[in-house]
Amino acid sequence: MPTNPFHTPPPPQDFAATDPPVQQRSRRVRLNRMRRHLWNHVVTGLAVLSTVIVIAPLVAILAYLIYKGASSLNLAFFTHIPAPVGELGGGMANAIVGSGMILAVASVLGIPVGIGAGVYLAEFGRGGWLAAAIRFTADVLNGVPSIVMGIAIYSLIVMRQKHFSALAGGVALAIMMVPTITRTTEEMLATVPHAIREAAYGLGVPRWRTVLSVTLKTASPGIITGCMLAFARVAGETAPLLFTAFGNQFWSLRLNQPIAALPLQIYVYAISPYDEWHRLAWGGSLVLIVLIMVSVTLVRIYANRGVLKGAS
Amino acid sequence: MGVGIDVENLNAWYGSTHTLQDISLNIPANHATALIGPSGCGKSTFVRCLNRMHETNPIARATGIVKMGDVDIYQDANPVEIRRRVGMVFQRPNPFPTMSIYDNVASGLKLNGFRNRAILDETVERSLRAAALWDEVKDDLKKKSGASLSGGQQQRMCIARALAVDPEVLLMDEPASALDPVSTSKIEDLIFELKRQYTIVIVTHNMQQAARVAENTGFFLNGKMVEFDSTHKIFTNPKDKRTEDYITGRFG
Repeated sequence: MPTNPFHTPPPPQDFAATDPPVQQRSRRVRLNRMRRHLWNHVVTGLAVLSTVIVIAPLVAILAYLIYKGASSLNLAFFTHIPAPVGELGGGMANAIVGSGMILAVASVLGIPVGIGAGVYLAEFGRGGWLAAAIRFTADVLNGVPSIVMGIAIYSLIVMRQKHFSALAGGVALAIMMVPTITRTTEEMLATVPHAIREAAYGLGVPRWRTVLSVTLKTASPGIITGCMLAFARVAGETAPLLFTAFGNQFWSLRLNQPIAALPLQIYVYAISPYDEWHRLAWGGSLVLIVLIMVSVTLVRIYANRGVLKGAS
Repeated sequence: MGVGIDVENLNAWYGSTHTLQDISLNIPANHATALIGPSGCGKSTFVRCLNRMHETNPIARATGIVKMGDVDIYQDANPVEIRRRVGMVFQRPNPFPTMSIYDNVASGLKLNGFRNRAILDETVERSLRAAALWDEVKDDLKKKSGASLSGGQQQRMCIARALAVDPEVLLMDEPASALDPVSTSKIEDLIFELKRQYTIVIVTHNMQQAARVAENTGFFLNGKMVEFDSTHKIFTNPKDKRTEDYITGRFG
């Protein structure tokens, strides 16, 4: 072995002189180890308990909805429009389709605007006064009660058009989606390492292209989660639709006419005095929650289809 | 073929910090030029000025003349085009994590709108062979993410990615400092091969590495270039006392 002239070996140490006797030391070591193990179990137990507390309400709600609502689900529920009072049967086909249409309008309007604003905040407006203003507005918008959103759209769109419409409902929900999507997009873009942007710049890729094809793509799993959260949240909203989409007992596929929506239909049926309608409301609730879960799951599967081996 | 770079009175700032002061030197075509010096002396800033990467930081600024062939890159060209002519390899491998190995290497072309499959295939193979990585990855080109490779492989993939856009100059900012000795020696062998075709500027903290791969070496200290000469001269008979102190390990 080559000797290093700069290296001075440490002086030999007499461990026996400084350490406690073996007997004593091993007892202390054992106690210490017991304490560590005990804490380990306590903390793991707390984490498991928290998980159970988080999951329990969802399972409970779902179980109760199945218990109360499953019996009223039949083919007619999905294919028929509501029956007149006093007649048995009828379904919520128009409300299911109506909800789908309103949510489609909301997503088409809300997702691009939300992502666009998030991109501006993270990539272009960093530190500027405009970015600070947008961020503040988004946070305030997030806190606006949904009934207020409904009234606002009522006076902005419905009063001008002089009638309720699916479009107005979609706009109300879109505005409610925007802040969540904007803030998640911004946060997800901020987690993309700067080195990855530099790699693209270094190849002569223009900035706009880097944002579109590299940064957004790298952050896309998180952004998609944000969009899904926003979607799931507004899918169950009733209040903003009361003064906008209004509801409809009949078939309508037109955006400029009042339209039925599942949450509205559930609301109307639930406060009605008829047992038959109560039953249908339970069924509608079950269908609503299942549809939200299915659409979120489908988007997730679709988004994960191209992920490569070893991608981080 | 590579192109030479003439730098005259290059000054650079980060905010109010004057990080590069009046740097002038000639980097000859198709040679490797090493830049050495203690951390924070400005050598990374210097290479980042050669492809106008420095100014991507909003608080950064640079002035001076940098002539690449006949083009003054600060006067006659837009930064995005300059970066296509000047490839860059960074200190830490920075693959695009969502892209396959193939897409990583092809990214410079694809992201600039190039779509011809046959030429892309050929370029990817040629670049990976040039970066001595082809044999290790040819079976998983489109199956595996670029981020799934080992650190040394990732760095060679990043070199292949830089070569794929067919640059004239290759800037390497401590390309081997995050790698183990085996990967380091592979990268050094590569630099030997590459300088036949490209002009290479390499920043390194490893003086043996500078001595092994570069014909010319510049010594930077506190934002100034203390000495620039043939590598042999710098390491055997430096003119400046500070250079001698640094290469003999008396400071820094």
